[in-house]
Formats: sequence, structure tokens, C-alpha cells
Amino acid sequence: MINILVTIGVISGLSTILALLLTIADVYIADYGEKKIIINGEKELIVDGGNTLLSSLVGSSIFIPSACGGKGSCGYCKCKINNGAGPVLATELSYLTDEDQKNNVRLSCQVKVKEDMEIEIPEELFNVKQFRAIVEEAQDLTDKIKFLRFKIIDGQEISFKAGQYVQLIAPAYPGNKEEVYRAYSIASSTKHQDYIDLIIGYVEGGILTTYVHKHLSKGDEVSFNGPYGDFYLQNTDAEMVMVAVGTGMAPIRSILYEMLDKGINRRAVYFFGARSKDDLFMLDEMKMLEENLYDFKFIPTLSRPQEEDDWEGAKGRVTDAIAEYLDEAPNREAYLCGSAPMIDSTVKSLLTKGFSEDRIFYDKFE
Amino acid sequence: MSDINPFVILIASIFTSNMILSNFLGMCSFIAVSKEIKTSLGLGQAVTFVLTGTTIINYLVYHYLLVPFNLEYLRFIVFIITIAAFVQLVEMVVERYLPTLYYSLGIFLPLITVNCAILGVSLFMVIRSYSFIQAVAFGIGSGLGWLLAILAMSGIRQKMKNSPIPKGLQGPGITLIITGLMALAFIGFSGIVRIQ
Repeated sequence: MINILVTIGVISGLSTILALLLTIADVYIADYGEKKIIINGEKELIVDGGNTLLSSLVGSSIFIPSACGGKGSCGYCKCKINNGAGPVLATELSYLTDEDQKNNVRLSCQVKVKEDMEIEIPEELFNVKQFRAIVEEAQDLTDKIKFLRFKIIDGQEISFKAGQYVQLIAPAYPGNKEEVYRAYSIASSTKHQDYIDLIIGYVEGGILTTYVHKHLSKGDEVSFNGPYGDFYLQNTDAEMVMVAVGTGMAPIRSILYEMLDKGINRRAVYFFGARSKDDLFMLDEMKMLEENLYDFKFIPTLSRPQEEDDWEGAKGRVTDAIAEYLDEAPNREAYLCGSAPMIDSTVKSLLTKGFSEDRIFYDKFE
Repeated sequence: MSDINPFVILIASIFTSNMILSNFLGMCSFIAVSKEIKTSLGLGQAVTFVLTGTTIINYLVYHYLLVPFNLEYLRFIVFIITIAAFVQLVEMVVERYLPTLYYSLGIFLPLITVNCAILGVSLFMVIRSYSFIQAVAFGIGSGLGWLLAILAMSGIRQKMKNSPIPKGLQGPGITLIITGLMALAFIGFSGIVRIQ
């Protein structure tokens, strides 16, 4: 009996001493004091040193995109650090190109704030905030696609560009163990800064789509952060061709409302692909936009129209509709939104119609 | 066995009883980090340092804590705990006060916690009932031996970069074969001194 007690005593005594040593070391040795981070040469942040740059910035409500949560395995949290980062670490090397290294680009989740720093962050990221909202509206557009309106309830306003996306957070729910983020394009007009609309399809087994379709209903609280993305309406007056399939409707709808609300007078045509008539949605809104926009035409195309659909419009995939209805003309801009195969094939068929590659903008849904 | 001159132990643990080439301990980081001379030199130095430190601490813990309480059978767990804590502590100190050193070998330190050569040296030290001085010599020697082996390997692997190696053998496969050949070569030293 005494043997057992002595054993336990010795082991726990030893562990306690070591743990104590480490704790003391953590408090005294790993204490770097307060450090100053200067962002883009103007904004100043005071943070406690010793943490990674990523977590220090998140602590100050600056959200740099990061998919892996700071483990150094996604390479998204790149950030230009002009001063105070120290040499490049071996853990960063596989994510930094030669050009990155020349331009002082580093992974913010690996670099620790040990001295005063000067960093550069794209201005847009200052706009990225975390929002709390409630589901104000939730309606089924088709049997697989849901429309949701999130009313922001924490007093903030969201300012974004038409076409950008937010990251919606699914909390743990039965069948999902941990918080998960997924990106969804904003479907509402930039005029409304107190709510956002999302159009979310149901994917069998998808963590977030299951959350949205099976667990979320009117009045529930949600969190999202954003806006992100470099897919948005360009400030030119070129004629526009928009192409979307399914939930790709979302950013295009936002762009159309932007044109309506700001009185942007550009010629525009919108090819929208679906399987059958049952998969089409928001036809009333599109009709309203056709009537009220300067020169806008909505061309829905069905890849598998049913007999009872009695469909007289365009048939086939969006690429078929483009081949049939689009003339060759120079100086046009294209906005595409949908799955990767759809984007790739559409880009190809647009190139044959005289588009130049740098004026085709797209948002690939992964 | 415990009356061997510490200097002999030092030399022997570098050449004849090399941790990698005659005991095959610490293989995982040996294979993973031996692609380039620079990084393997960093890791080798870190291993040498930690080996020396942990051997000293584990010697003291074993002889002044475990033996008096008859708890020798717990040495596996206790050694692992002290190694982990020591590595953590060293990492913090190096990160804070020796930034240049930290950038060259800091990221390897956590890797060393799970290097079996470290635990192996502490256990051999007990099995062969070394005195304190002998244990220190053994720790330093084993570390240097490990450093020598990984440096040699990374040199060979750098030379090998342009060689046509069959696809299935590339990476760890050819490394293991070369390790075997190096081990055979090191047998040549075995006549000099013997400690195991």
C-alpha cells in the first residue's frame, strides 16, 4: 500500500515540479511585453508579444483568411511583413514562392510577434468583420435550394462589393462535432447594409448545407464573417455577359440589384442554367429586372426539360445557349459563377466568341 | 563494464556504437530531415545538445529519486516526462534569448522530443550502470555520432539528387538502403573499442 502511495507521490511530485517550472518559464521567459504593429504605414495596433501574428490580428478584429486555423497547412494567411519578422522559417518554405520571399511575404500563422512590426494588408480586409444575425426569412426556392435573409443584430453594418462572399459558420450540431466555415456569395444589394441574402443549395452529406437545410429556421441566430473575394462588378461601361448555374444565381443577383440601385446603364445578358423547369427560381425578380434595367435580357436554359414543362426557351447547357444566342463582339466583360467544370467549359466557349481572358471574371464554387 | 575510461566511451559512442548505424535508434527524423546538409546540421546540433542535457538530468533523477524509492521500473515514463519538459524549456529559452540559434534549429526542437535516440541513451546509461562522468561522455558522444551520421547521409543524398533512382526506391527507400551500407562500413571501426 505504502509502495503505491510512494510511487504516485514521486511521479506526481516530479510532474508537478516540471509543470511548475514550465509555467514559470512561460510567464517570465516567454513574456515579450507589449509590441506595436503598424499596418500599411498608418494604423497602429498594440498587442501582447509572443503570439503569432495571425492570432494577434484576429484578437484585434482583423480577419486574415485562414482555412486551417493557424496550423501552417493551408497557406492562405499570407501577409507582407516589411519589418520585424525575422528570417523565413522552414515551416513556411513550402508555401512561399520565390517571388513571395523577395517581397517579404510570410505566413502570418507562423511568424511570432517578438518585436515591433510593420506589415501590409489589403485594405479590403479591414472591412472583414464578424457578424451576428438572425434568420429573418427562410424559403424554399426549389426542392434543393433555399433562400435565406440574415438580419444583422449586433448593431454593425456590412459594406461589400456586389459579387463578394461571406463565410458562414455552422456550430456543432448532432452529426457534426465542431464548428465549420463555408463560403457563400451574398445575393442582396449593397444598398442594404443591415442584412444579407444567401442562396444555399443542399448537398447530400454536406456539413453546412445540412445545417442550413435541416437545422436552421426562421428566428435562429447565426454568425458569419466577411466580406471576402475578388469577384465583383467592375467599374467600366462594357457590355456584360453573365453566366450562372443553380446557386451561382447569388452573386449575379447582387450585381443586378447593384446596377438597378445605382442606375448603372450597361447592356447585359444573363444565361442561367438549370435541369428542368422545377429547378428555375426567382423568375419574377428577373422579369422585374428586365423591365427596369437599362437593357437587360434573362435567358434561362434547361438541360433536361420534362415533357410536362412545355418548355419553349433555350435548351441544353449554358454553353449551348451561349453558342446559339451570343454574337461575336469585342470589348465585353463576362461574369461567371458556378461549379469548376461549368466555369472551365464556359470560359472556353466565351473565348471563341471574341472575349479576352483578362475580362472574364469568375467565382468557382468548390 | 563500468570502469571504462569516459574518453573511450565518448569515442566509442561516436564510431563503434553509433546510435543510428549500430543501434538504429532515432531513424524517423534521420530519414525525414536528411535531405539537405544545412538543415541536418541544425537538427544534429540540436540533438547533441538535448542528448547531453537530458542524459545529465535523467542520471540525477534516476540515481537520486528513483533508486532511493525503488522505483527503477518507472524509468521509462519518468525519462520521457523529463525529456519532454526539458525540450519545452530549452525551446522557450532559445526562442527568447538566442534568436539566431532559434531560427536555425528552433523548429527542430519539438521534433526531438519523440526522437528515440534520446530515450535510448538514457536507458543504455542505466543498463550499463555508468558513473556520472561516463554518462555525460556517453551523452555527448552519442549526440556527435548522430550528428556525424545524419551529416554523412545528407551529403550523400545531396549528391544523389541528380542520380536516376528507380521510382519505387526514391526517398525513404534508398535512404534505408544507404543507411544499411553505411552501417556495414561502420563495422570497420568496431575492432577499435567496444562498449556494448
